Amino acid sequence: MARAVSNGIKLRNTAIVGTLGFLMFFPILWILILSFKTEEDAIRAPLEVLFSSGWTLESFTTVQERSDYFKHFTNSVVIAVGSTFFGILIAVPAAWAMAFVPAKHTKNVLMWMLSTKMLPPVGVLVPIYLIFRDLGLLDTRIGLVIVLMLMNLPIIIWMLYTYFTEIPGEILEAARMDGANLREEVLYVLTPMAIPGMASTVLLNIILAWNEAFWTLNLTAANAAPLTQFIASYSSPEGLFYAKLSAASIMAIAPILIMGWFSQKQLVRGLTFGAVK
Amino acid sequence: MGRIQLEQVSKSFGELQVIPPLDLEIEDGEFVVFVGPSGCGKSTLLRLIAGLEDVTSGQVLIDGTDATDIPPAKRGLAMVFQSYALYPHMSVRKNIAFPLRMAGMDEAERDRRVQNAADVLNLTDYLDRKPAQLSGGQRQRVAIGRAIVREPAAFLFDEPLSNLDAALRVGMRIEISELHQRLGTTMIYVTHDQVEAMTMADKIVVLQSGVIEQVGSPLELYRRPQNRFVAGFIGSPKMNFVSGEAAKPYAAESIGVRPEHLQISSAEGAWKGVIGVSEHLGSDTFFHVLETGLAESITIRADGEVALNRGDTVYLTPEPDKIHRFDARGRRIE
Repeated sequence: MARAVSNGIKLRNTAIVGTLGFLMFFPILWILILSFKTEEDAIRAPLEVLFSSGWTLESFTTVQERSDYFKHFTNSVVIAVGSTFFGILIAVPAAWAMAFVPAKHTKNVLMWMLSTKMLPPVGVLVPIYLIFRDLGLLDTRIGLVIVLMLMNLPIIIWMLYTYFTEIPGEILEAARMDGANLREEVLYVLTPMAIPGMASTVLLNIILAWNEAFWTLNLTAANAAPLTQFIASYSSPEGLFYAKLSAASIMAIAPILIMGWFSQKQLVRGLTFGAVK
Repeated sequence: MGRIQLEQVSKSFGELQVIPPLDLEIEDGEFVVFVGPSGCGKSTLLRLIAGLEDVTSGQVLIDGTDATDIPPAKRGLAMVFQSYALYPHMSVRKNIAFPLRMAGMDEAERDRRVQNAADVLNLTDYLDRKPAQLSGGQRQRVAIGRAIVREPAAFLFDEPLSNLDAALRVGMRIEISELHQRLGTTMIYVTHDQVEAMTMADKIVVLQSGVIEQVGSPLELYRRPQNRFVAGFIGSPKMNFVSGEAAKPYAAESIGVRPEHLQISSAEGAWKGVIGVSEHLGSDTFFHVLETGLAESITIRADGEVALNRGDTVYLTPEPDKIHRFDARGRRIE
């Protein structure tokens, strides 16, 4: 329902929202600014930083010289896409079963899966570390794919379950009557109808996996190290290098930021899917 | 061919038995309507035939072959759902072609059949639209189109008209009946609307609490209902029931008289009462007669020209050969 809002109130609301938006964006903006400064400029007082004259790409070139950005980038892509891909592969049938052939304890299983997200990851660090060591999975991409997939699986299943329950069961029954077997039913009917939901699930999980720092920092050293490790390497006990740290951070978040920017419509649509019928 | 037999078929959901073991035979080419109040098990029975639900015990035979363990896709039946259940992401053409695609039919033959179905159902102009761009009646026709292209052994309809408005419903009723005459394929049709059942069926199956109360042609059910439930369910307005002293002279526990089988007079007759509510339909008028001492209200169907007002005293006389007699358990006495 439309309500009459006076211009004064509109202005005030715009100001509040604008300020909040700016505050949330500020850290990224600040990192961006610092990344184009020299180390000497970067550690000055904030106002001096802003008005100091030098803008330089020095930090970016140094960072690329000192550590191989593209190797970390490739690792991040493999880990984020891989864990999401295998997560979806497992989650689609799981969510299908729970949405369309629910059993007596389906709700409990869903809650139990979610409850695993309530446990602090550090609580299982030691056993997982030991298992990975024994299986030779430490510092391997496949190891990270597995652990991140398992960590995000509850969220993937929950999201897909929610989208699937929005799809009327009669349509799947119609497909069955029309001669579709289970594979065809999922492939030709369920999946196309769940595409918006699946797309947002995929995007969200790529972002989560991309930014995941706890497991990637603890289970990798050099070979499988993704961009989180790349950033962390610039925050060392010998001292902070603000400009280089900022440049590394910008390089690490740029790809996911760009992807998020282009897919934001899809993301928002997926996350609010089913909120309004 | 489309001969369907149910042998001692029953269905339970956990502890709850919704359909006790029942037998039913549906002949090839018959138009059979399952009718009954909500929750009587008619849709469940249809879904058992379709294979969308597993039977708890008994056998479903299609053309003499035991189909009990055959999945729905392989039973050779087509179903039209109450919600139409069209695939929203596919065009009308793709919706109708879907079962043919699943059957692995080549594209030329697929196109030919879709075109035929579209011609029959007046959908030619809409083939490239998505279901969301169609009206309720058009969507229903697409659902029927999707069913007929397969040339199934039998069609199953699950309350297909209940989402349509009244005028469209009458039109679609006639279209489905014409389709049946043209194709000559077995059709099983589920509805809670006894008017649909009476107008469309070759054979009606009346269900209550999962039990078949009576199977017969529409006129058989109307003329010789086997029990009080069927007598009350078939016919509109409902049959009047009178029990106790007034039924004694007829050697029955209770008797039933249809509203159209009562004579009304302001001078004399068997039962005396006072006019309550009158419903004027133009051609007919339904009078609800109160204070008869027989039942709370007796409904009679009179000619539209009969002029009687609320509060008028009237006399009702049942036509002697149109009185239905029932025993203490509600069964028909011949």
